[in-house]
Amino acid sequence: MATLAQEQALPTYETRASRLGVVATGTFRYLRRNPELIVGLCLLAALMAFVAFGHALVDLDKARPLSTRPLLPPSPVLPFGSDKQGRNLLAVMVVGTPQTLEIGVLAGLIGVSVGTVLALVSAFYRGAADAIIRGVVDVGLTIPGLMVLITLAMNVKGGLTIPQMILVVAALAWLFPARVIRAQVLSSREKAYIDVARLSGMPTPAIIVKEVLPNLMPFIVASLVGSVSAAVLASVGLEVLGLGSFDSLTIGMTLYWVIYYAAIINSWWWWWLPPIVIIIMLFTGLFLIAVGLDEFANPRLRRRT
Amino acid sequence: MATDVLRVEDLRVWYHTPRGPVKAVDGVSFGLLSNERLGLVGESGSGKSTIALALMRLIRPPGRIEGGRVQLDGVNLLEIADEPMRRLRLAAIALVAQGAMNSLNPVVRVREQIIDGMRDHDEKLTKQAAAARVASLLDQVGLKPEVADRFPHELSGGMKQRVCIAIAIALRPKVILADEPTSALDVVVQRQVMETLKRVQEQLGASVVLVGHDMGLMAQFVHRLGVMYAGRLVEVSPVGEIFVEPLHPYTRLLIGSLPSLEEKGKFQGIPGLPPSVLERPSGCSFHPRCPHAMPRCSVEDPQLQQVRPNRWVACHLYDESESNGKVVVSP
Amino acid sequence: MSSLLEARGVSKIFGGGLFDKRVTVALDAFSFAIESTPPRVTAIVGESGSGKTTLARLLLGLITPTTGEVLYNGTNLRKLARDDRRSFLRDVQMIFQDPYEVYNPFYKVDHVLETPITEFKLASGQQARRALIHESLRAVGLRPDETLGRYPHQLSGGQRQRIMVARAVLLRPRLIIADEPVSMVDASLRATILDSLRQLNRDYGMSIVYITHDLTTAYQISDNIIVLYRGSVAEAGDVDLVVRQPKHPYTQLLIQSVPEPDPAHPWGAVEIRTDVGEVANGATQVELNVPVGLLPAGAGASATAKAHGGHLLSGCPFADRCPHVMAMCRDSVPPLYQLDPARAAACFLYRDSGPALAVEQLNEVMSAAGSSARST
Repeated sequence: MATLAQEQALPTYETRASRLGVVATGTFRYLRRNPELIVGLCLLAALMAFVAFGHALVDLDKARPLSTRPLLPPSPVLPFGSDKQGRNLLAVMVVGTPQTLEIGVLAGLIGVSVGTVLALVSAFYRGAADAIIRGVVDVGLTIPGLMVLITLAMNVKGGLTIPQMILVVAALAWLFPARVIRAQVLSSREKAYIDVARLSGMPTPAIIVKEVLPNLMPFIVASLVGSVSAAVLASVGLEVLGLGSFDSLTIGMTLYWVIYYAAIINSWWWWWLPPIVIIIMLFTGLFLIAVGLDEFANPRLRRRT
Repeated sequence: MATDVLRVEDLRVWYHTPRGPVKAVDGVSFGLLSNERLGLVGESGSGKSTIALALMRLIRPPGRIEGGRVQLDGVNLLEIADEPMRRLRLAAIALVAQGAMNSLNPVVRVREQIIDGMRDHDEKLTKQAAAARVASLLDQVGLKPEVADRFPHELSGGMKQRVCIAIAIALRPKVILADEPTSALDVVVQRQVMETLKRVQEQLGASVVLVGHDMGLMAQFVHRLGVMYAGRLVEVSPVGEIFVEPLHPYTRLLIGSLPSLEEKGKFQGIPGLPPSVLERPSGCSFHPRCPHAMPRCSVEDPQLQQVRPNRWVACHLYDESESNGKVVVSP
Repeated sequence: MSSLLEARGVSKIFGGGLFDKRVTVALDAFSFAIESTPPRVTAIVGESGSGKTTLARLLLGLITPTTGEVLYNGTNLRKLARDDRRSFLRDVQMIFQDPYEVYNPFYKVDHVLETPITEFKLASGQQARRALIHESLRAVGLRPDETLGRYPHQLSGGQRQRIMVARAVLLRPRLIIADEPVSMVDASLRATILDSLRQLNRDYGMSIVYITHDLTTAYQISDNIIVLYRGSVAEAGDVDLVVRQPKHPYTQLLIQSVPEPDPAHPWGAVEIRTDVGEVANGATQVELNVPVGLLPAGAGASATAKAHGGHLLSGCPFADRCPHVMAMCRDSVPPLYQLDPARAAACFLYRDSGPALAVEQLNEVMSAAGSSARST
């Protein structure tokens, strides 16, 4: 009966173009209902734009010390002024922002990847592996992370270089994602469609990758955003405490110098204001994205139009 | 009619979704006599559960009661304010819902839960009077008095559902709505619970509206049966007559698809698919699946008409036997 | 010649932690063999707590028995070599109860049909795959163009369940275990799905084990039947005999409680005892007579079973609700008494009416059943 198809009112994806159109409108409509996600993305986009323009506007060599006269307030030649060591602060921000972000993203990514793999192994194979991983995670999460990081960092001579910073932070970043994702996998593996896959002859590793992982993606992405946030915070924290590498230009290091030279008391506002604004934008952006994604991953939070 | 304890007229409940309104209940009218058990049977998407919620005014956004009248004892339930409605709930009209046994507070004893309902309606009872009332209610539903001191998790599913019935009759309502009260229960317990409900209803002189999908249960329990399809009533008849001679094609096919313990035989499903909730077929909602569909059926929506004494059908097959003059009253 | 699938003295208990002597007996000393010829439809009927879902999962090897074993072609399921396990999955398939949960929401419904084809190499090349899928869908009365390419939430429960039947057909198993396949489907669609199952048995020669709480549908499509109550067999045999002339008090109660869709046939007159304290529906709780302590629960169960002639229970599980209960009912588990060549009931009321069968002899009764129906 021809009317059946009509009555079902099912979408028909005739061409690739129209399919793309449907997906695009769907995404757009979704974004409109999710203001947090949009604002978060806009904040991050603004930072990216700043970096992009900055590359064009300023000579990045001027980020090195003794590039200009020190402690000059902002002027048309020096839009962000200069610091005590003669660095062009605009150049510093333009170089430092992506570096800070890079630490966060890489450490977060490594943390979530390691955490996910361990979570899958732990939840699917149970037994001794599960007991060990769970034990490590449970104990590890109770230890104050910053203390561990400080101890680790202190043992490296000359301050942590960026790659070292990434590894150090990642070493702790995997704990929380491991716990969260393990819980999700534990509930997923009881689902009937896993039984069906098993009865269809799928071996367990294939089940993990093909049946469980795709449904985990929302949680993994949400974990990632949280991880990146935490990683940035950890790295900035370490640097502010003076454990970063002294010729690094990251936001954290700039803040370190701000404190070292008492820039706030000395009213050198152009020095401490930009890094703080950038940090605020970064964290707020990541936080809002996390909130927005949470609404997506957790259907019960979804607003009703 | 004068002896109607509940009269529903042209009730419409729509759910407003981003993709358009879902007309869950679209113009339902019926009356409930006192001491009567009326059944509303339908499959998923027929709108039957929505009716029960609507009668109690428990519809939440995105659902909304779009129109109609619900007359209970001379009061239009859809027009009164929230506070008078709250007072009527439980006292005049009560609901035993599908998952009712799961909605019992797990940390409160049964006695407290029964008394709670009564207290909310300003029944000033002394402790003794309340305890005596609880004992009497439990006895009416066939439970031992000790049950009052138990917690819900200590009771079986059937016992919990009977506690819910006790709560529902605590204030002697005139109308008891039962929305699939036994769907989670086993067949033996189901019989116990339904027989309890029947006994309780007869003792109180109340009326029951039983909403469900189990035709067998309807056959055993109700006096009159209303068949729902796609948000409308398509047939309303006394239960004995409807099983012997179903008038509406959907009812006929539905009964034909039911297996019985009497004999092994062919049982036929209904071809086609249930109608989409968003886009109902034009004219009669059933016409795409109806073996007797005529050209008229895809164009004109049949109205519920009394084609025999006390037998109402919404089908163009019976338009010739329409009683003379306009029939204003509904079943 | 060993049976296709056989449960031998299988018991399953849940619970029994470190300090817990009380365990839940989901299934007690169950023995049943399914042959591949002649292909029969066997119904296993029980209410919640009867152990029927546990039995389904045991038969498929999704869980392991506490005592006893499940054999495929004579070999214990746990000890199957890889190739044998493959052929087991090809011979025995399952249809689950919930037509929504069985689909991975990430994939279209095609995924559920493509996976077995890939894993079992049932067809090579796109053409052959498509053809096989289309054929299976048509075999259950579905139109490929209306079902393929959709996501699970875009189809109705009935359609989804039928796709599951199509999936089972794809593998041409010799046995299909259907666990409440229609209980979550609308009444008008049930008939179609059940008819498909019946067709699979008649036209494709598949044996079906139909597990349900719905006695009526079980009666309609089955040849023989086992009635389970709280983990034990109450009555078993030819479905006409058991349903038309039930002997076990529980079967009688069950049949009288089924609401017939016919107002002229009111609920039956078998009384339900109201003077007993209500027993919570559910599997029996039992104390193992060996303290479990640090032992695994299985060890305690085996010891208890040995002490009670293979049973974990110490009396008839229906004793609390039985209108005909006697003293002996609480002291020992009633064996299956054979009342007809094709029927047996586990009730002391019939201790003088027929020979007592050992647990394994249930198969003789079940084999005799169905064949009589066929000859009529």
